[in-house]
Amino acid sequence: MPETKSKEQIEQRVTDALVEFGEERENITPSARFEDLEVDSLDLVELAQIVEEEYGVEIKDSDLEHVQTVGDVVEMIAQRSS
Amino acid sequence: MSRDVVITGLGAVTPLGVGAPTLIERWSAGDSGIADGLGRCDDFEPADHMSRCEARRADRFTQLAVAAAEEALAQAGWSEDAPYDGTEVGCVIGTGIGGIATIEDQHVILRERGREAMSPLCVPQMMPNAAAGAIAMRHDLRGECYGTVSACAAGAQAIGAGMRMVERGDARACLVGGTEAGITPLAVAAFEKMGATSKLGVSRPFDRRRDGFVMGEGAGIMVLEDADSAAERDATPLGRVVGYGATADAHHVTAPHPEGDGAARAMQAALRDAEVEPGEVAYVNAHGTSTPLNDRSETVALKRVFGDRAGSIPVSSLKSSIGHLLGAAGAVEAVATTLALGEAVAPPTINYEEPDEGLDLDYVPGSSRPLERNGRAPVAISNSFGFGGHNVVLCFEAPE
Repeated sequence: MPETKSKEQIEQRVTDALVEFGEERENITPSARFEDLEVDSLDLVELAQIVEEEYGVEIKDSDLEHVQTVGDVVEMIAQRSS
Repeated sequence: MSRDVVITGLGAVTPLGVGAPTLIERWSAGDSGIADGLGRCDDFEPADHMSRCEARRADRFTQLAVAAAEEALAQAGWSEDAPYDGTEVGCVIGTGIGGIATIEDQHVILRERGREAMSPLCVPQMMPNAAAGAIAMRHDLRGECYGTVSACAAGAQAIGAGMRMVERGDARACLVGGTEAGITPLAVAAFEKMGATSKLGVSRPFDRRRDGFVMGEGAGIMVLEDADSAAERDATPLGRVVGYGATADAHHVTAPHPEGDGAARAMQAALRDAEVEPGEVAYVNAHGTSTPLNDRSETVALKRVFGDRAGSIPVSSLKSSIGHLLGAAGAVEAVATTLALGEAVAPPTINYEEPDEGLDLDYVPGSSRPLERNGRAPVAISNSFGFGGHNVVLCFEAPE
């Protein structure tokens, strides 16, 4: 089982992933909307893969439909991994 | 009414380095970009040319094309403001294979880790039209846009397609060219298995000892514009594309027609289209792959087209210096031909030392040579032939 991570750690990991996707680090805040960051559905599928691999949390395509901000994703992962 | 088409921008990423000027300078100097039997673009750094997001979403074949397009558009003076509405500009980019590195990588992931682990970017990276789409998106080119797929004639065919688009008035300008990044384990092994590539890893077109081509990668891009529109905005023409001829051998899946039938007809068609007599051609940029079959049948075809004069026209192959760039070859060679005409020089077929029986044209051995001026701006043809029997010939004229 993957060890339980704090919300801060999850936020850090999500931020790192988005930077890897080409986003500017300073623009990535919990309230930042994916639409404004120009993170699209392809990026979200990759983010979901990273999360699944590292935290053992499964995120389905249908889950992603309601995700709007960086904070939404962090919250979802934190809830499901605790 | 058919419109005249001028070339106002050139870009290239090749094994000789990044940039079209580097390509012509180094080829003319007789340099080689081949190392360990392959022509890699070692100087190419995607981050120098595009954002991390763009680079991450693109296979290497698209990255190479985006960089070459950037150079070509900058030379055309389009970097800041495009002179035309995006809807009036087309984009046609050829490739032989498309994103084969992506396909290979994702296939490994599929087999080892399953479908869930595959990248959602697999399709947009691997599709052969990805380069055309990426360039159009980056520069807001919203006219006709697609990729040509005709093996090693694809890059030249894209230029012919773009030329027609501008001639017909369907677009005022068109970004055209070809790109390839096929130096991958599968593609290298596949060409090796069919006996197409050189066992010795040496590219020496037309030489008696030639034993196959050397695989290379890269991209070549041209900005084609309607001549009147280009003149209105005071753009500097770097040359003109004046003729296009395309045929099929319908003979064999990989072997060229032994009498060069399709190749000769394509050359004749390009010259007719250009309203140029064979006697007026000052230079031939050969397909010259360094395979035993191509170089022989191409020589036969040149003799059919140019008759008694065939032996007095300089014929040289860029593949001697950078290897065979497959779907990018015709476009990179078109860029090099345009620059060679501008400088009125025939660059050499490097490594050409030992004549083969029956292959007795002037292959420009040793070093570059000035082109003869036949009382007009020098005209050249550039040949590109592809597996499947595709023959494409482009005719270029130096700027006045």
